[in-house]
This record gives sequence, structure tokens and C-alpha cells, in this order.
Amino acid sequence: MEKFTTLSAIACPLGLANVDTDQILPARFLKIARADGLGRHLLHDLRRDEAGNERPGFPLNEPQWREAKILVAGRNFGGGSSREAAVYAIYDSGIRCVIAPSFGDIFSENATKNGLLTAIVSQADADAMTAALVREPGRAMTIDLERQTIAHAGATYPFAIDPSRRERLLKGLDDIGLTMGYADRIAAFRTRDRALHGWKYLS
Amino acid sequence: MTDAHTLFDKVWAEHEIVRQDNGECLLWIDRHFVHEGSFHAFNQVKARGGTVAEPGLTFGVADHYVPTRHRREIANPDIARMVALLKENAGTHEITLFGLDDPRQGIVHVIGPEQGLTLPGLVIVCGDSHTSTHGAFGALSFGIGASEVAHVLMTQTLWQKKPKRMRVTVDGALAEGIGAKDIALTLIARIGADGAQGHAIEFAGSTIRNLSMEGRLTLCNMSIEAGARCGMVAPDETTLAYVRGRPFAPQGDMLDRAAQHWQTLHSDADAAFEREVTLAAADVVPIVTWGITPADALPIDGAVPDPARESNPARATQIAEAIDYMGLTPGQKLTDVRIDRVFIGSCTNSRIEDLRAAAAILAGRTSKVPGLVSPGSTSVKRQAEDEGLDRIFRTAGLEWAESGCSMCVGINGDLVPPGERCASSTNRNFRGRQGPGARTHIMSPAMVAAAAVSGHLADARVFLAGRKG
Ligand code: SF4
Repeated sequence: MEKFTTLSAIACPLGLANVDTDQILPARFLKIARADGLGRHLLHDLRRDEAGNERPGFPLNEPQWREAKILVAGRNFGGGSSREAAVYAIYDSGIRCVIAPSFGDIFSENATKNGLLTAIVSQADADAMTAALVREPGRAMTIDLERQTIAHAGATYPFAIDPSRRERLLKGLDDIGLTMGYADRIAAFRTRDRALHGWKYLS
Repeated sequence: MTDAHTLFDKVWAEHEIVRQDNGECLLWIDRHFVHEGSFHAFNQVKARGGTVAEPGLTFGVADHYVPTRHRREIANPDIARMVALLKENAGTHEITLFGLDDPRQGIVHVIGPEQGLTLPGLVIVCGDSHTSTHGAFGALSFGIGASEVAHVLMTQTLWQKKPKRMRVTVDGALAEGIGAKDIALTLIARIGADGAQGHAIEFAGSTIRNLSMEGRLTLCNMSIEAGARCGMVAPDETTLAYVRGRPFAPQGDMLDRAAQHWQTLHSDADAAFEREVTLAAADVVPIVTWGITPADALPIDGAVPDPARESNPARATQIAEAIDYMGLTPGQKLTDVRIDRVFIGSCTNSRIEDLRAAAAILAGRTSKVPGLVSPGSTSVKRQAEDEGLDRIFRTAGLEWAESGCSMCVGINGDLVPPGERCASSTNRNFRGRQGPGARTHIMSPAMVAAAAVSGHLADARVFLAGRKG
């Protein structure tokens, strides 16, 4: 997994609240293997009309935000379905950070596993950033994960993130490697648990 | 730490293998369910050259992609490929598979309990957010993403941080025709679609104690729609009676030992919850959603909200967007909202009691709109047919189909056409959830049946008068 330390990039103000994972990647694209390209289906039905043409006015369709690497969204971003492919769609379209007042729990975890930063800000700060991005769309935003700050257009905003998620992102840590290091403790647990709660084990 | 613990804490503590200073704990996983959508995770295992640590505790289910009609030969090659891929992965890793032709096949969250794989005190995970369903047994059960599925496959463990605890207490008797779905939507409308974010919910109180296992399953299923990590109900006699005799459940001495242990699985009298919410059963009425999040729910005698009357501008915008997507008018009475079709199914409301509740209203009546009924499992289907419920649905004009996720998520091809309005017993009314442009109203199966016979959203109680529900 790629580390996340700092990022200076164009940010797109998405605005919308409750953008669930069904919006981020509609169900009919779930059959697609990641290698075959999920990024182009990001927010498909919000972004495109029934005929597949881009809806004018949708922020990600605007020339100034097409290359954005940061999204600023409303509250409860990524709620709903646990589909990790929603994170793949975001990440594979080049976005490395989503800023919002709150996130679905499973989504945040999936994001962390894939190097996508989910930065939590107050509603007031999200509104202020959105307004500033609309005013000055060409100005890059700078995110510093170590210091947990977002700098844009002369203002600096703090953001929150679970400390263990922060650490994993900063170091690009791989959970499976970490867990394998505990193999002995896992085996000992299983033996003890099986003696105590034999009814749980099926064979 | 005091000596008083919540149910959640007790189950968590029994599964902790490692606790790190930052609060991350490595938990043992007792049951792991995978489905067709788990292919990303199997690909990750393959990419690492890994193996499945505990194939005996891992179960595969074909449910998300399976056709509900004509499924001997799957016509759509993409869907056939997804079903075949699961079979292949299950075969490679020697995982028990409840495949398309298996008489035990069904929706993962219906068959876990049905087969006795879901038990009190277990930690259960699946790459599906409605894994919260299994918490009805007093299990700690939650949905995970593909990377976590890969982690569980390879290690039978998962890193987790303890969520906060929330107790939802419901007391009193529910009126006739009102059930767990109405409680769930009432709660979500009250606290919001993200109202329980970061929390594990325990449902308690006399109303919950009096719910059947099926009702508890519906309630815990919907806890994710409040944003909760999981939902739980403490096991009791109802739980034990349900578990006894199920194919994979412990038996004889083993069951006695298990039952003894399960008696300890309840929140201690003075255990502390970070948050408490109380509801009175008397205040729970038949409820439907009008908008595009499950929190957009109102009693059936209500009206579509008017954004012009909303003082919070952000909320006013959301209401306006929802009304626009749903094709409604502000102030329109909900019972004036005409529907195009109905769907009864999904892991929320497709168990035998759900089908009975719908059939009680449909018996001797005709549906004014087309609709689909997909039982939660192949065994629920058989039971319903034994009870003659299939005939009631068919005679009413609805289609009686095979079991799967079907029109809950539409990835098997069962879709609500663009612009059409569906009264649905499912769990999500998100934009496009049942197909691009589909308009979904979620409600209890009895309310879906009432809508079917009315052609518009309707109060189930009217149709139950003089009948036994
Ligand atoms: S029925 Fe719907 S909610 Fe339930 S497991 Fe299937 S897709 Fe998920």
C-alpha cells in the first residue's frame, strides 16, 4: 500500500450529503475486476445521464475539477453497502483524499486499507472550504497528515482521523504482514478457546 | 474498568487475541461468510500466494448474483461467470458452498441462522454490510470490506477498534399489524441515517423480548441503516428454542454447555452505555419512506415534507433533492402516492413470518400492480409452499420466484425500471438502488401487501381488520 504523508492538489467541492457507496459505484459495475478499470465508473449515475452523457454542472465534469485529487463532500459520505470497490473507483480515478464531516464506518476502514485518506472536518469548515473552492478553483489545497491540517486559500483547517488509521496511512502498513507476526498467539488462542467453547467449533 | 459489562463487551472480550496500545485489537472470527462479490478478496489471497486459514469456519453462499427465475441455465454470461467464480474459489479452498442447486441455498443472512451457523456469543463477519443481522442472536456480527475479507480468509482474525455502546430500549406492546420494520424505521427517522455511526447498538426492553427471532433479525439487519457498526439482542429462551435442532447447531451435551454459557451473555444491570435512546411501542405506527435515505420515513398518515417549511437550509436542499428524485409533490398525502410495482424479499423481510404477514393481507385480494416475491431461502420457499402461501401470492397476481438478493440490489437483473415506483420490503431506498432511476419506498411486508392491493401507499391495518395477521 502506498504511504500518505502530504498532498498538494486540486480539490473538487462535491457538496452533496449522504453520498452512499451505491452512488459512488452503482451495483451494475460490481462485476468488473479492478484491473479492468473502475475509476471511470466513479459516481456514474450522478455524473452521467441515462444515455451515458456527462451531466453539465456536476462538479467532477467541470474542466477546473476534472483532475482533482481531493474531494470535499457533505456529511455521511460512504454510508451503506460495504463494497470496497467503491474505494477502488475513487482511488483509481486519481483521488487520494476525501474530506467530509462524517463517513460510513466500513467505508473509512476500506479507504485506509487502500491508502485513501478520509479526513473529518466540522460542518462549518467543510462549508468554508466548499465556498473557497468555488471562488478559487485553480488554487491547490495542501493536506498534511502528520500535522492533521488542510491549508487552502490562506486558511488552515484541522482535521480528525482515528490515530491507528493515521499511523497505518503514514507508514503504508500492511495488516496481513502484521497479523502473521502474531501467528503463535493466534494458535494459542484457538487451542484455549476450543477447550472453553468447544460448541463453537464445527469439526 | 468496573465489574459491570455490556453484552457487547463480554462477547468482544472473549475474542480478543492481542490488544495494542492504540486500542486496536486482534479478534478471533468464529464464522465467515463469503458470496459471489467476495471475488476481490479471493484475488488478493491469490496475489499473495496465501491459503484459507480455517476453511471449516468459512461458508460460501450464492445469493447476490443468482437469477430468481429460469436459473438452471443462467442466460447472462457475466452473472454465470460470477456464480461459477464463487464455486471455483470455494472448491480451491475447500470451503462448504451453499450453491445455486443446494437445497440450503438462500440469502446469506437468512441461511446463517436457519442452518444453525449463527449462534449467541460468536463473532461473525461477511463482506456485506447487513451482516449486522446475525446480532439478533447476541452475536457480534458486522460487515467488512474486501481487504478485510482477505485478511480473515488468511488469518481467521481481524483488527478492530471497539466502537462506542448505544442502547435502544423499546417498551410496551406493539399494536396489531405493526412489526420490527416499523420499529427500525421509526428509530432511524428519529436518530438519522448516520445517527449510530461509530456505535454498537444493543436492543433491549419488553418489546424486544417479545419479538420473535425473525423480528429481531429484521431489527438488527436495519441497524446498519442507522450507521451502526452492529446491532445485538441478548440471547434468551426464544433464541435457544430457535437454535435447538438446527443442522449446524450444537446438540446434546454440547448444546447444554453452550446454553449455560449463553446465559451469561447479557448486559449487567449497571453497565454503562455511551448513548441511550428510548422508544415507546405505543408510538410505533406503520411507517414508509418517502425520500432517498432510510431516515426519510414518516407514518403512513403523513404527507411529503415541504422544503419551503424547513428552517435548516441544508436539510431543505436535501428534502428538495429527494422529492425531485422521487417524483413527489410537497404536501402530497403519502396514501395518494401511486406505485408501479411491489417487491417482497431481501435479508430484511423474506423469512416465513414476513411472507405470512404479507399473505394475510393478500389472501382473497388482487394486486393492482405487478410484483415479485422472492423468499429468503430455498427452505423458506419450500415451507411457504407447504403452507400454501405461494398460491396466495400467485392468485393475487404476483410472481413467486426463487431465493436470492434479487430486487434488493438488482445485480442479478431483477430491476425496477427507470422512473418506476416500487413499494419494497428491502432496506435501502438510495437513489438507483433497485436500478438506475428506480424510486423505492421501503416498508414492512404487510405494508407492501397493502400497497399492492391499493395501487398506492396504504395502511396495512385497514386490510387486517377482521382478519388474523
Ligand atoms: S438481500 Fe440485499 S441487503 Fe441483504 S445481503 Fe442481499 S444485497 Fe445485501
